[in-house]
Amino acid sequence: MYVAVKGGERAIDNAHAWLAEERRGDPSVPELSVAQIREQMALAVNRVMAEGSLYDPDLAALAIKQARGDLIEAVFLIRAYRTTLPRFAASSAVETAAMAVDRRISATFKDLPGGQVLGPTFDYTHRLLDFALLAEGLPAPAPGTPAKPQPVPHVTGFLNRDGLIEDAPHSEAVPPDLTREPMELPADRALRLQAITRGDEGFILSLAYSTQRGYGRTHAFVGELRIGQVAVEVDIPELGFAVEIGEVELTECETVNQFKGSRTEPPQFTRGYGLVFGQSERKAIAMSLVDRALRWKELGEDFTGAPAQDEEFVLMHADNIQATGFLEHIKLPHYVDFQAELELVRKLRAEALALQEAAE
Amino acid sequence: MTDEAYNFAYLDEQTKAMIRRAILKGIAVPGYQVPFASREMPMPYGWGTGGVQVTAACLVPEDRLKVIDQGADDTTNAVSIRKFFARTAGVATTERTVEATMIQTRHRIPEVPMKAGQILVFQVPIPEPLRFLEPREAETRKMHELEEYGLMHVKLYEDIARHGQIATSYAYPVKVEGRYVMDPSPIPKFDNPKLSCSPAIQLFGAGREQRIYALPPWTKVESLDFDDHPFKATKAAHDCDLCAAGDSYLDEVIIDDQGGRMFVCSDTDFCAGRRAKGHKGRLWAPEPEAAE
Repeated sequence: MYVAVKGGERAIDNAHAWLAEERRGDPSVPELSVAQIREQMALAVNRVMAEGSLYDPDLAALAIKQARGDLIEAVFLIRAYRTTLPRFAASSAVETAAMAVDRRISATFKDLPGGQVLGPTFDYTHRLLDFALLAEGLPAPAPGTPAKPQPVPHVTGFLNRDGLIEDAPHSEAVPPDLTREPMELPADRALRLQAITRGDEGFILSLAYSTQRGYGRTHAFVGELRIGQVAVEVDIPELGFAVEIGEVELTECETVNQFKGSRTEPPQFTRGYGLVFGQSERKAIAMSLVDRALRWKELGEDFTGAPAQDEEFVLMHADNIQATGFLEHIKLPHYVDFQAELELVRKLRAEALALQEAAE
Repeated sequence: MTDEAYNFAYLDEQTKAMIRRAILKGIAVPGYQVPFASREMPMPYGWGTGGVQVTAACLVPEDRLKVIDQGADDTTNAVSIRKFFARTAGVATTERTVEATMIQTRHRIPEVPMKAGQILVFQVPIPEPLRFLEPREAETRKMHELEEYGLMHVKLYEDIARHGQIATSYAYPVKVEGRYVMDPSPIPKFDNPKLSCSPAIQLFGAGREQRIYALPPWTKVESLDFDDHPFKATKAAHDCDLCAAGDSYLDEVIIDDQGGRMFVCSDTDFCAGRRAKGHKGRLWAPEPEAAE
């Protein structure tokens, strides 16, 4: 009798070769270039950058190509790569008030300094399949006017002037780094925001949705949503001043939340905050709702047992790379544990059946 | 051949130093779960990333590495991890327990007794033995601090009340030097006695959960039990059908659709070694060459 305990190594090599072939698909169809993915699948690229915690559209596009479009697999490739990169500096805090906005909307004021800018949005499209896209061709150029550079102040700033919204004082505290230190609970807000911004979009979306339906209700209005480029500056110790090293595209969402006051806080609006790499509007809004729900303790609210209020539940389950790894590991061999369980169930059954027989 | 694009054993030296500090702390406080800043590895969480990081932090070029999964050297994940270190560290590998200086394992302790100088690295999915009794980390850490293990004893007692015995067959909780209750990783309870007073260093790595813990050599490790229900290491009541061993942990293999089955050693190196010495089990036959 021969038992197939050998052959794993060759099976793995062959499986990988087959995977490479499948990834390419039908060779009579032209191969997708990384540049095509970067330019035409930009929102997928943004998601991979956000959840991969690495701002590099080319690498994100490459990861999407390599992962056959499986975005969580692509995020994984990016994470595994970024962890090997040296860190030579930390940037200064980016100035989102100085963002060159492509899109900036407020749901709380009809008009405001800086104006409402719709930008490239799906919002008012009719979701009808556009069969014209089956054919290749350039879209008609969009009408444009030259940008008038003007400051685009934050909406929450207007409310803050009247004391209607909680103050968010400037802090020089160095935030903890989730990627370099083990997560210790309870976490402060900076650490929570880090975990949520790289958390799975679907998970954060569902948690945010649950707060809207009453599981930890926070009554959110989108005070402001803005998308655009911000400068990234790094302090160079030898020079004694900060130098701009590049630009990143960010989506920022600030919610204004109804608040009737609590034992410790006066009635005023409160804040939820979302900041995500790229144009990632759904994620940024969801993030700000979850952020607000998690702030129940500092605002003196009650813990209602809602999942979105539960810091440990949210932070320990938001990361899709951890989640998918652990979920999928159950397809690995478990012969040994299963054998131990088999023996136990057999033994328990034999005893139960013997008891039954004795009773009869 | 070593992959030149990466540091020796993949991790950068600062990361290795951080992991080594966690290991040293773990060795100083046996059974205590030390938080560490686990890195993303190029294999998924849940597939041994904790063990891989511990192995990477301990490996030196002179090491001879063995990797087993479920006792076997040739299961897919063991092959993958062994290849990873052969590629990134260029260390020698072996399938022989006695030749290895470092062994990374998932769910088994080799049958051949470990020796002084060897390091056994366990892959751990859920390092917290109290996790399924209390899901909150903030709570379980407090329970360990206060040595508050009543909940665990109640669980074991309830098992006895309901089933007449402790119905835990793997990941059976242990107490280390009379202090910390520890999860021995999902090894079958058959392996639990091997943990105690081992001459080798035993290290446990949980990557996703960011924890490392350790048993220094000659640490006393007791499986939790009651005086009137003492711990018993169990295995299938058979001998190995290939090498006739009566004292090794066995895997059950289904061989037809008529209920036929055979039992073989889960430790493939142990089984092959016995067969090489001429031990023949009930269903032993020479291996067909073509199967290689």
